[in-house]
Amino acid sequence: MKDPAVQHDAEIGQTEVKETTCYMCACRCGIRVHLRDGQVRYIEGNPDHPLNKGILCAKGSSGIMKQVSPARLTKPLRRKANAKRGTSAFEEISWDEAMTMLSERLGKLRATDPKKFALFTGRDQMQALTGMFAKQFGTPNYAAHGGFCSVNMATGMIYSIGGSFWEFGGPDLDHAKLFIMIGTAEDHHSNPMKMALSKFKREGGRFIAINPVRSGYGAIADEWVPIKPGTDGALFLALTHEILKLGLFDRDFLIQYTNAAELVIDDPERDDHGMFVRDETIEVTRGCTDPQDKLWWDRNTGPVLTHSEGADPRLLGGYTMPDGTPVKTSFQLLKERVDDYTPEWAESITGIPAATIRRLAHEMGVMARDHKIELPINWTDVWDKEHDRVTGNPVAFHAMRGLAAHSNGFQTIRALSILMTVLGTIDRPGGFRHKAPFPRPIPPCPKPPNSPDAVQPNTPLDGLPLGWPGKPEDLFVDDDGEPVRIDKAFSWEYPLAAHGLMHNVITNAWRGDPYPIDTLFLFMANMAWNSSMNTVETRKMLTDQDENGEYKIPFLVVCDTYASETVAFADLVLPDTTYLERHDVLSMLDRPISEFDGPVDSVRLPVLPPKGECRPFQDVIIELGARLGLPAFTNADGTAKYKNYPDFVVNYETSPGSGIGFLAGYRGKHGDKSLKGEPNPNQWEQYAANHCVFHHELPRSYQYMRNWNKGYLHWARAHGMTKWAEPITIHIYSEILQRFRAAAQGKWPGRQPPERYRERIETFFDPLPFYYDSLEAQRVDTKRFPLTALTQRPMAMYHSWDSQNAWLRQIHSHNYLFVNPKMAIALDIQDGDWIWVESHLGKVKCMCRYSEAVEPSTVWTWNAIGKATGAWGLSDRADESKKGFLLNHIISEELPVVSSDGKQILSNSDPLTGQAAWFDTRVRIYKANAQEPKITEPQFPPMKSLPGQLSRPRVRWQAYVAGLFGRK
Amino acid sequence: MTQLALVIDLNVCVGCHACVTSCKQWNTSGWAGPMVDENPYDANPTGTFFNRVQTYEVGSFPSTETVHFPKSCLHCEDPPCVPVCPTGASYKREDNGVVLVDYDKCIGCKYCSWACPYGVRELDEQQKVMKKCTLCIDRITDHTLPEAERKPACVIACPTNARLYGDVHDPDSEVSVAIRERGGYALMPEWGTNPANHYLPRQKTHMHVTEEDLQRSDNPLTKEDITVYQGEETMEDVTW
Repeated sequence: MKDPAVQHDAEIGQTEVKETTCYMCACRCGIRVHLRDGQVRYIEGNPDHPLNKGILCAKGSSGIMKQVSPARLTKPLRRKANAKRGTSAFEEISWDEAMTMLSERLGKLRATDPKKFALFTGRDQMQALTGMFAKQFGTPNYAAHGGFCSVNMATGMIYSIGGSFWEFGGPDLDHAKLFIMIGTAEDHHSNPMKMALSKFKREGGRFIAINPVRSGYGAIADEWVPIKPGTDGALFLALTHEILKLGLFDRDFLIQYTNAAELVIDDPERDDHGMFVRDETIEVTRGCTDPQDKLWWDRNTGPVLTHSEGADPRLLGGYTMPDGTPVKTSFQLLKERVDDYTPEWAESITGIPAATIRRLAHEMGVMARDHKIELPINWTDVWDKEHDRVTGNPVAFHAMRGLAAHSNGFQTIRALSILMTVLGTIDRPGGFRHKAPFPRPIPPCPKPPNSPDAVQPNTPLDGLPLGWPGKPEDLFVDDDGEPVRIDKAFSWEYPLAAHGLMHNVITNAWRGDPYPIDTLFLFMANMAWNSSMNTVETRKMLTDQDENGEYKIPFLVVCDTYASETVAFADLVLPDTTYLERHDVLSMLDRPISEFDGPVDSVRLPVLPPKGECRPFQDVIIELGARLGLPAFTNADGTAKYKNYPDFVVNYETSPGSGIGFLAGYRGKHGDKSLKGEPNPNQWEQYAANHCVFHHELPRSYQYMRNWNKGYLHWARAHGMTKWAEPITIHIYSEILQRFRAAAQGKWPGRQPPERYRERIETFFDPLPFYYDSLEAQRVDTKRFPLTALTQRPMAMYHSWDSQNAWLRQIHSHNYLFVNPKMAIALDIQDGDWIWVESHLGKVKCMCRYSEAVEPSTVWTWNAIGKATGAWGLSDRADESKKGFLLNHIISEELPVVSSDGKQILSNSDPLTGQAAWFDTRVRIYKANAQEPKITEPQFPPMKSLPGQLSRPRVRWQAYVAGLFGRK
Repeated sequence: MTQLALVIDLNVCVGCHACVTSCKQWNTSGWAGPMVDENPYDANPTGTFFNRVQTYEVGSFPSTETVHFPKSCLHCEDPPCVPVCPTGASYKREDNGVVLVDYDKCIGCKYCSWACPYGVRELDEQQKVMKKCTLCIDRITDHTLPEAERKPACVIACPTNARLYGDVHDPDSEVSVAIRERGGYALMPEWGTNPANHYLPRQKTHMHVTEEDLQRSDNPLTKEDITVYQGEETMEDVTW
């Protein structure tokens, strides 16, 4: 061999380096793609990118295998005329045929009943376009995957503090000294979190992981606190109890910046019980915001308007207004709420010793109080008070799905938001910090339509398909209070379903409840496998026919890059490109990659040509919009307004002349304007010249306390991020929730729920957080199903798209059920045994692995490693379909029907938000019979290779060398 | 003499496998490639990796530690794999101490993998030659690369910066300082291999809250009336 020191890699073949943005998971790191003779040589993190600063994870580093995967779709396909759906019997068609077929069908639906078209997308980082398409089409039946991901996290926090974790905010580990991570949260903001965590630990920060399982980042925690699944709310309430009892709360922060000291009417006889006392006579801004007409109780003078000059308000106590109205402060109500939530009470629920809960509360409280951070930054609050410093309490938290994916998740996350607030850590150094465009008003202004009249033939939807209800009148229901959307989002069943309920779409459409639909269009969503609950039945629903032989869901369109399980069920398959072959925007109108210090958005640029006949999904949507004559996509003469997606991104404005488009950077004719400005024909080139990123760093005085920061709020309004420059007061007490409760109690002057929902709404719309057992546990025999089954995500498979990846599948080709040995031995189960996991819904066979890193009432596995036979370009013998298993088979999308619900069918979801309760699944485990085959069950007929798919699943050797691979 | 090496900080390694695949993608198309995969889309997929992460559980519930342990060639100062090689294919570079294999000379006899106490050599089952970590020799010696990039791919990719790289013979290098100050250790020193790579142990940060911290005169509760008097009877009403 040649001496390596004299060989220079870049001199081999024709080399190029192109910058773009990774999409191996949803993290969106900047990458530099090195090409050799047109093939990918090496993908490295872009050191000039603000998000990942040069680092890259296992997935990002395996992008090469994504390009060459035999699972790739390369041609539009149509189900053969006489073939049964689900049998993978397809024929190639041209794009023109595909688009004609689709536009004719959708055109008829739009002209008659637009809601018969449903568009649901797996990814939620393209909602700016997909949501706009749905609105333009006129269908209310649109959402991304948030309803089965983390909508509880989004709503629980946004309805409390005006922002939430991940895209919209996060822990400030640069300043924190104590960091608490609760539940599985690794797959969101993963690389920046890894970087920050490492730096935090090296600088001596203390890291506590609260999780039933010690995996993920919890491995390097200074302390692991095992907790029983779904009991986090009990822990937060007990921590708050202890912090309030000892006076470890931040009094000034609570008074100035939250509704803690605001007076709430406390007279259960009155209709306005639980509402704030308001001085409606004074002149304040009354928009989609919190009007500043509420009162404090001044210790000398009694009731005064909040933020009155010189006021000295009580934080606690009950008082009588001059007119005799009994009132209490919000904080008093919180104190009364947590009085009984003692550490001993929480021990019995969480399994965490009371002494540990007390110690954790003391650590949080003392760290927050005694290790204050002061930054020499001048800022002005919305009440025109000048501050000569920004202070912070260095206790930071992070959580995502571990908290969210429970039917009590919303109230649990409210409890966490309140704990963070009581410690005084919101948008302050060392605590939680917002990312633009957040904070936004509580709740944010966009609302769903509130009547079926919003859906009209050949007309865009009157309102946005998704939004943030603030009162019963914002619900999307008909005159009888029944749902308008197919997934029943924004109905009385799931009033705050801000991300929709994708997990119920197929079941509801199949059942025709609330109505049947015609066409279901799925983009990058594996609804016949790991993105659905109750997979076995879902697959049957997709192929179920009525008495006339018509499919109950008549037409299914699937757009994907790979031969997923769902593709097999399509009537029409549209081959998407990979992330290296397309333009994308990570838009301020959706979920940008903003940093704490200001708004950031970014783009993907194609570094390779599309494979085969693949087309970028966005181009397809824009062409479809034009073919259908949707106003935003067509000129007055009916011709297409935009050539393709890049053209659309440059020229589209939210309204003519608004200056707001999909990309916030390099706007204006010469690219010198930011956030707002007229279209710039060279916008893409300028992104390309700037590492694919636009980063607007705010002045330091605008970087903190943004809920109440006058400079920031006015800047945000001037730059189109918000309509209001009003303070975003933190909701310790949620009057918004109380409005729904009042409606259920018959005390709301407007809309009231149908009778069958009254008790449900009254119970769960509690304006203060409370703890309840998961809805599933309340409805199944927990003695028969004593364990809770969970999934976590391995870092090399975040977002579970990579079983087709030859390198990554070697790291996780199959999964085990991890069981605490004490539990397993008691059941006579040995490490490695084949076992059955059974829930009230069904059972799945898998292999057991002993683990000391799981609390004994929990069993868990890696999410979405198990695949259906033949899917994802894998051989029929692949480990994924034989040794690996999918837990989804036994997770129910609906709750067991019980008489206490009046025999109603209810989604297995949070009753406030419709968040899928993945992690509530109660199970039992037992040894498989020795005679049973040692493969996972259920099994399904193998998925056949599709036309246009490379057929090499049985190839024995694969040696990738850039420039030579697959070439002679 | 320079001895280049990795120092792996187990205190921050989260076991993400970035080092595993960034190594694979660089090296499969590089000087030490290809890194072949067997059954890439079939049962029992396996392939050549120069670097793997093993995960261990230590202790029993609830005092369990989950340890992620990245392992690759340790570039021993006295590498047992070199003298056993019958063809001279295994060698240690004099200029930087990196242990390499010349595939042209390797006959795939596996003596070296038997001699290696750490199990870090991987036979390419297709080419039948022995392969292993080269510390990305074709990056670190490539002077056409900017200096910041003259590092192993795993070091550049590592999201937690758990992989420090440098000259362990230079007492002022980042790696030497880390070994000295952070209790860096070598694996199985009793074998006398004198591994160049080292590991940094886990470190725990604790917080101590005293009774005084909880009893403070500035307690905000003192600003509130904890009890509310609503005209109830008192001793004043019933005694004289």
